[in-house]
Amino acid sequence: MAAPVYRGHFGKPQAERLLWRAGFGPRPGEAERLARLGLHGAVHKLTNPGRERLRGPKPHDDDGHPLAPFDAWGHDQLWWLDRMVRTSRPLVERMTLVWHDWFATSEDVSNARLMIRQNQLFRKHALGSFSTLLQDVTKDPAMLLWLSGTDNTKDSPNENYGRELMELFTIGADRGGYTERDVREQARALTGWRNDWNDNLGAVNFRFDKRRHDPGVKKIFGKRGHFDWKDSCRLCVHHRLHPSFFVTKMWSYFIPTPPPKGTQLALQRLYVHHGYDVKPVVAAILKHPALYTGPRMVKNPAVYTAGLLRGMRRGIDTLAWTWLMQLAGMSLFYPPNVAGWDDTRWLDTATYHARWEIASRAIRPHVLDSDKAKLPANATKLIRNAEHLLGSPTVTAQTHAALKHFVKVALADADQHWKRTSYPALIENALRQLLAASPDLLTS
Amino acid sequence: MPDSCHHCNEFSRASFVRRGAAEAGRGLPAIEAGMPLPAGTGLDRRTFVTRTFGLALSVYGLGKLGLFDEGIARAASGPAQPVLVSVFLPGGTDSLSVLYPGNDSTYRRLRPSLKLDPAAGQVFTEDTRLYWHPKLAPLATLHGEGKVSVMPAVGYTHPDQSHFTSRHFWEVGATDARLVSGWMGRYLDHAGAMDNPLQGLSLDSQLQPSIASTKVPVAALWAPEDYSFYAPGVWGQVENRMLETIGSLGARRRDPFLNQAAAATAQSDRLRRQLAPFAQGNGNGYGSPVTYPDGDFPHQLAGLAAMLAAGLPLRCVAVSAPGEYDTHSDQPNALADGLDTTAQSLFAFQRDLEARGLAGRVLTLVWSEFGRRAEENGSNGTDHGAAGTAFLIGTRARGQMIGEFPGVTRLDDDGNLVATSDFRGIYSSLLEQWFNQDAGAVIPGAGSFARTQLLK
Repeated sequence: MAAPVYRGHFGKPQAERLLWRAGFGPRPGEAERLARLGLHGAVHKLTNPGRERLRGPKPHDDDGHPLAPFDAWGHDQLWWLDRMVRTSRPLVERMTLVWHDWFATSEDVSNARLMIRQNQLFRKHALGSFSTLLQDVTKDPAMLLWLSGTDNTKDSPNENYGRELMELFTIGADRGGYTERDVREQARALTGWRNDWNDNLGAVNFRFDKRRHDPGVKKIFGKRGHFDWKDSCRLCVHHRLHPSFFVTKMWSYFIPTPPPKGTQLALQRLYVHHGYDVKPVVAAILKHPALYTGPRMVKNPAVYTAGLLRGMRRGIDTLAWTWLMQLAGMSLFYPPNVAGWDDTRWLDTATYHARWEIASRAIRPHVLDSDKAKLPANATKLIRNAEHLLGSPTVTAQTHAALKHFVKVALADADQHWKRTSYPALIENALRQLLAASPDLLTS
Repeated sequence: MPDSCHHCNEFSRASFVRRGAAEAGRGLPAIEAGMPLPAGTGLDRRTFVTRTFGLALSVYGLGKLGLFDEGIARAASGPAQPVLVSVFLPGGTDSLSVLYPGNDSTYRRLRPSLKLDPAAGQVFTEDTRLYWHPKLAPLATLHGEGKVSVMPAVGYTHPDQSHFTSRHFWEVGATDARLVSGWMGRYLDHAGAMDNPLQGLSLDSQLQPSIASTKVPVAALWAPEDYSFYAPGVWGQVENRMLETIGSLGARRRDPFLNQAAAATAQSDRLRRQLAPFAQGNGNGYGSPVTYPDGDFPHQLAGLAAMLAAGLPLRCVAVSAPGEYDTHSDQPNALADGLDTTAQSLFAFQRDLEARGLAGRVLTLVWSEFGRRAEENGSNGTDHGAAGTAFLIGTRARGQMIGEFPGVTRLDDDGNLVATSDFRGIYSSLLEQWFNQDAGAVIPGAGSFARTQLLK
């Protein structure tokens, strides 16, 4: 039995939600255009986007200089944020972010060059084969440094990668899928990688060196063999608990409540049937009724930030996003640990404050001068202006009512002539801030 | 997890971010005009609270006090509550370096390149086989004053060597992978208030899981002075109306995740009002009577002491120590750097509390998710182990070792140190003796864990 498909109305609100979950939100008018394709047409377009085209203003730093992602601090993060903002392939870019979280590697132990190389790997395999991706990640230089792969030798095995390969990448902890003995044997199978050091470039020349590899017989998951790193990956992907791990984890990136049991099994079969290909599973998730009829989902800081910029057609023009996103709990290329970010804990008093600051930065270029701007003292019109600036998102009635009440009481404060002329602009500025940081825009 | 040697990078990066935040706050219009700087400026607790009331009135100007204002006032003007500070050393700290059996021949054989020399550290007076890591001299001093209880091998039966699982166990206070609330969060669910987010505070850019509650509000903030809400081109009466609206955007929603966002909005709004006095300063308003080392962690501890001195109603506080303790390679330098700042900061914090007359109210628990393998791994590092070291610091701490040092000759099947005390027993004892709280209501199976006399 196949996973169920959403059969309800597919209009602007549904297309909007799809664009937020499978990308970084709509540009102005994009949700309306996508809605016209219908659900299947829309998902087909997202999963088969063709060549990447970058649209909109080119990125630059606060002084107007082009980005130097390999050299200048924080520019690597802006380089990626710019792709999120300008891409014509939102789902490919979103999947790149999914893989960055799934195979969470931090620049802390490598450098921007190696991280961007890994990032291109994630982009290349975004919707491809998980088996191939896993092999390429296992020998990826940034990962080899991050999880001690090049420290893992025949004479002194290092369990770091072997453990996380099973716990976080393919099988999952505490499911009875492997033992501490398997961890040690995996470490032996994964021995053999090395690199050189160069004073200017850091770690270079990553390669497999037979002399460092332990060629002996290993016993992994009850099977015996002269296993090497490729076998290590293969054994994990073919493990009986891998498809369920894969489906549960992949689903959680798009839908915040767990899949129904029937759907879970159907997606597992789909995954195995397609030889561990990612695209069919993702397409089925994007068509699932739970995405459209289920609860909203909290946007992560990258999606929130890139989405605000897309909605306003603003390009990358300041380094501020780098530290603001860190305050919001998400520095691209610096996940908190190898388990990636915790999607259940994006919002608390500290990270809400950071989202407020992100919103404030995002709208700043459009700030109205209360001495000059001529605006009507009319709540509906002022609110519509604010919504228009942010790309006309769909807003709940409750939020709309709170904003309307704000305008009413703020206008009522205008008891002198100068207040009556200047307050509408101040109110308009405040409305943009409140809307951009509202619960509606923090979720999709 | 990464191997070590990037703490320096991490540190400079974090400092950069803090600078960024400070820039964002500089030159912003005063949101709540006319507020005094309370911390350490000789205000007593009650006058501070009174002025907080004044603030709330002047900002909201409507002559009515919200539920929150009454809650904070009630909490802050009641009897001073005991405070527990949890300091987490991330990555699994090597207990055999923190307190090392310098003359033990097995230790020296298991650690051919990592072994520390007995001459390098001070002897641990309660068990003279052991020596303090040289960088822990500040803790040795406090121990000499009877203010540090050492747990030389704390853990649990059937140790899990995954960072995430083991850390989770410590955070939730049970070896249960499915528990979603932190052990201090559950304590607050029982003993806390519905209107005081500061009762559970993460000094962090996000909530520490050990504080996560299911009923009562708790808070996370990087440092108290950073908490103001500015919008470009908004000031005066309109700004006050805008700030009031944050609370109404935080009203309850039907959709669970929309409601999660709304709840965060509402709690941030409450916290904004609680911290308004600190939002005026930029870290200079702490009035610290002692000098702290440079860095984020000491700055956060200094801010914590200032908030306590100002009478803010804190009960459980969680913060991460600096340093990278997952030392799969290059252990000596990474470990020394982390322990150095951590120990110096904890020392300054204790002296700060003493100088402010708060030391009798605060206990600090320092812990890590596990210790490390007794035998070094050949990359000049150590792999994940089992029992680790923890400390309970404070003037009221009993100052005596909890559980003995098990030695390195009798290791478990994985070659790891065997636990001689259980963290769930420590938590249970803390709840009962420090918070006067029935541990059975907070720690699953509390009755089965041995209690220890923790206080003087």
